[in-house]
Amino acid sequence: MSEFLLVAALCVLGTVALGLVAILRGPTPADRLSAAQLLGTGGVAALLLLGVATDTAGVTDLALVLALLAAFAAVAFVTQRTPADVVAEPASPPAQEPE
Amino acid sequence: MTLALNVFTIVAVVLGLVFFLAGTVGLLRFPDTLTRLHALTKADNLGLGLVVLGLLPQVAWPFGGLKLIALWLLALLAGATVGPLLGHAVWTHARGREPPP
Amino acid sequence: MSLALAADAGLALLILGLAVWTTIARTAFGAVIGFMAYGFLVALVWVRLAAVDVALTEAALGSGLTGVLLLGAAARLPRDAAAARPGWGLRLAAGVVSAAVAAGLAAVVLLLPVPGPTLAPVATATLPTLGLGNPVTGVLIAYRAIDTLLESVVLVLALIGLWSLARDEDWGGRPDALRAANPGAALVLLAQVLPPLGLLVGVHLFWTGAIAPGGAFQGGTVLAAMWVLTLVAGLTRPPRVGGRGVRLLLVAGPALFLAIGVAGFWLGGAFLAYPAADAKPLILAIEAALTLSIAVALGLLLAGPPGARE
Repeated sequence: MSEFLLVAALCVLGTVALGLVAILRGPTPADRLSAAQLLGTGGVAALLLLGVATDTAGVTDLALVLALLAAFAAVAFVTQRTPADVVAEPASPPAQEPE
Repeated sequence: MTLALNVFTIVAVVLGLVFFLAGTVGLLRFPDTLTRLHALTKADNLGLGLVVLGLLPQVAWPFGGLKLIALWLLALLAGATVGPLLGHAVWTHARGREPPP
Repeated sequence: MSLALAADAGLALLILGLAVWTTIARTAFGAVIGFMAYGFLVALVWVRLAAVDVALTEAALGSGLTGVLLLGAAARLPRDAAAARPGWGLRLAAGVVSAAVAAGLAAVVLLLPVPGPTLAPVATATLPTLGLGNPVTGVLIAYRAIDTLLESVVLVLALIGLWSLARDEDWGGRPDALRAANPGAALVLLAQVLPPLGLLVGVHLFWTGAIAPGGAFQGGTVLAAMWVLTLVAGLTRPPRVGGRGVRLLLVAGPALFLAIGVAGFWLGGAFLAYPAADAKPLILAIEAALTLSIAVALGLLLAGPPGARE
């Protein structure tokens, strides 16, 4: 059984690692946050599978903490910005302009 | 009995994997931010839910199992908050007004 | 076995790629999200290295709270700050220095004899006399107590540094910058439902720290996060930084630690020595006070200097 759970943990990790592409690509901050959220949930699932497969103490607690803090970044981001900031990627920084 | 429970675990976890894959593919392939958000908040919470469901027969009861269920509820709550928060911001920006309640 | 090796190699590659991307990201916000994902993957690596205590700290502090702190910093940066990026020469130099440090660390690790020198057997051998089952807590509170004491003091110093950024007329007031202008129903619900559960998890982490992965820093971070959530949703208001109660809470942990440490001269024969009979209750008392102080300090660090929202 633990063999299967380990492979499953790997599969989840591989899947959400694909989602990393979306963090890198964006294009808007909302998309990046969504991808980070997916990475979080997938990581929690992988940790649970790993924790049960290897029976390691504390891994479930770690997953619990991650689930508890999952909404934190999005909350902090959305409440500190205007909707325009959440959706629009800020213009790429201009090349060094002469003063 | 153990065999049946193991089969249950395997089926539920594999189904969960499918939902994780669907969520990721949706995140990468859907055309705009709102639909991508939809793919994410639906699929990954179902995925996690099925993984938790599959793991329930494999952990010690009551505390191990209750912890898993509590964890899934936490994840649901986080998803249910982040979805509307981001969705609200996206909508307000696109339409220039507050969304209907 | 090869499966585990493949997983570890994949994880390492992911982390390296994410680190490179985070460094060269064009926007501050993109870099912060990259950094948070990076911290998350590093926590997974700590689990693979069987260091769940460190993984907990990394997930809660390194990725969670620090990420939120950096998001706030990125939000407060003026728009044209992005134009003031250092030139290529400086960035290249920083990259070379970082690579040299990494190479030096790699060389040290690779040059270690096999098996590596370790004090682990000695450390675990005396754990039962402390009444602890978690070797990490044993090291933090008993063998390296002075480090932990100074760490808890550093948090207070950091907060004093932050508060000193307040304008004169705001001094002693409330740090109100976190409160959302328009929190919305979903956020308010989250801030009502999550904190009771978070309180439970935070106390659980502190309590279980004696025998399993957990401890004052991890528990305190979760408590701080829950408090900050209620601040953001506007359900609670931050305390006035001039208030006596909040200051007492801030110094309670380090002060109790220091007092028990000094009492060690009489009880145990040395600074920070615990009497053999009462080691565990004393350690639990220190950890409990530290958890509270750390939670308050981290929450106030996130809340920023006193002053109204601009």
